[in-house]
Amino acid sequence: MVPLSWYLVLSAILFALGISAFLIKRNIITIFMSIELMLNAVNLSFVAFANHWHKLSGQVFVFFVMVVAAAEAAVGLAIIIAVFRARETLNVDRVNLLKL
Amino acid sequence: MNSIGYNDYIRILPELVLTFFGILVMLIDPLLGRGSRKGLGILSLTGSFLAMAAGFYQINFHGPAWFGMVQVDSFSIFFHILIPCISAICILASLEYLDQQNIHSGEYYGLILFGTAGMVLMTSAVELVLIFIALEISSISTYILAGYRRSSAAGTESSIKYFLLGSFATAFFLYGVAMIFGATGSTSIPEIYKALNGATSGALVYIAVALMLIGLGFKVAFAPFHVWTPDVYEGAPAPVVALMSTGPKAAAFAVLLRVLFATAVPNDWIWLIWIAAALSMTLGNFGALIQNNVKRMLAYSSIAHAGYILVAFAAGREIGMAAAIFYTASYAAMNVGAFAVVSHFGGTGERYIDIEDYAGLGKRSPLLAFTLTIFLLSLIGIPLTGGFFAKYYVFNAALHSNLVWLTIIGVVNSAVAAYYYLRLIVMMYMREATVDAPPERVSPSMALALVLAAIGTIYLGVLPGYVLDSAHHGAQALKAGPFSKTVQPANNANAAPVQTLK
Repeated sequence: MVPLSWYLVLSAILFALGISAFLIKRNIITIFMSIELMLNAVNLSFVAFANHWHKLSGQVFVFFVMVVAAAEAAVGLAIIIAVFRARETLNVDRVNLLKL
Repeated sequence: MNSIGYNDYIRILPELVLTFFGILVMLIDPLLGRGSRKGLGILSLTGSFLAMAAGFYQINFHGPAWFGMVQVDSFSIFFHILIPCISAICILASLEYLDQQNIHSGEYYGLILFGTAGMVLMTSAVELVLIFIALEISSISTYILAGYRRSSAAGTESSIKYFLLGSFATAFFLYGVAMIFGATGSTSIPEIYKALNGATSGALVYIAVALMLIGLGFKVAFAPFHVWTPDVYEGAPAPVVALMSTGPKAAAFAVLLRVLFATAVPNDWIWLIWIAAALSMTLGNFGALIQNNVKRMLAYSSIAHAGYILVAFAAGREIGMAAAIFYTASYAAMNVGAFAVVSHFGGTGERYIDIEDYAGLGKRSPLLAFTLTIFLLSLIGIPLTGGFFAKYYVFNAALHSNLVWLTIIGVVNSAVAAYYYLRLIVMMYMREATVDAPPERVSPSMALALVLAAIGTIYLGVLPGYVLDSAHHGAQALKAGPFSKTVQPANNANAAPVQTLK
């Protein structure tokens, strides 16, 4: 049996990957995908902990998270389309009208 | 397991009312032809007022509901009344704004109502996953609202920035929830309290608190998580900024209060809050000094005000919590008012939003200038306005907890802040007008919004007693909170209404 800590480490690695992709990538869609990766890393933790505590609730949370992520994706992609229509680019460095 | 009864529904009545009216607006909208959507605005206004009334009705229905998912106590009732108030004033301001910008769509009002429902739910939820869902309901609605001027490049940019950073932050919050679930085996705040109280906390709890602080820090925009605020506030429609700089903030602060003070997590986070408070006040106020755009200036000022609220958090104890709760209310009144004026004065396409555009406003429309002056004086913290008492209670609480240095930083910051608020007032009264266009007439709805906000600001400054009492009851409820007899998930859900603490 795989110990709990392995799952947690994997989840932390995925989360960290998500953060670094969020910070490094320049394409809005890729940035958005990295947020999804972070959410899924959290899901892995939830499932691992649910198994650890023998509580089904942790697995149910994953469904909630997935639903919320889907809602977020719907809104996010719509906003991305609006940005593309206004700018004709998806590069975050060029979405720079509002600046200090 | 107990069945679901009447009380359960009453305890989520404001959310039900708001959602019902939101759906109603969305259903009626396609049936109407082209043209103004004032009628839907008035419908949603009714919804907000009814939700507020529902909040008052809940005063006799304290207790948990839905198997311990939701807890109605003095604390949540305070926000149940405050947040629909905020959204009502924002809807009033929007009635004029949407016509001004030639935006004719009903879902705008629907989104405001759904967002408000999420914010209201955030303050009464005592289940971290439910809090997360409520947080997302409020956030997703505001992401869309921020980009409502679809044709404007600044509008969509504001929306995408808000969306990306907001979802980034919720991922952190959610990771924190997962960690606390791992540490305690539950996500219900009373259960977490039971598990953590007296026990030594492991590393997981610390990580969880840190992650949740980051997530909520983004939402309330305290430094160092504030960078998105000026950009988003600049591009978003002014009435929406009025809403999102106060409503979700008040709700997120409420969640922060619950998470930090009602879960028995170790107290070591205080120094983090101390630093965040000092940083937010300083960065916010000094950032605001150099702004030329009024919306950006108010955005930086909102970062600074988040800092003042954090001072109350650092003070802790009942007095600090009460000060924080009171501050959210008084900040809401003055900031919604200020943004309503900005919204009216901006004109079509929000053309006039630079400080220079306000020159001579005192002569051109004395009443508008006068109301804006009230709000700005309150933001400075001049006596007889809500801002004064809010700051006074916060610093008072900080001194009670021996946070002398933080208080000094706060007071110095208040003095610095006076400069940029006064600059706007001086511009209105002492300079000749540069814009020759005659100011537009204030529509009745906008006038009502301004009057309500001004009454709120002055009321809190002259007779703060009642609201302060409610804030104290809220703080007591939070302290006595989930652990008092009331919360036994699935046991007590149908208990007879518990009388208030009064």
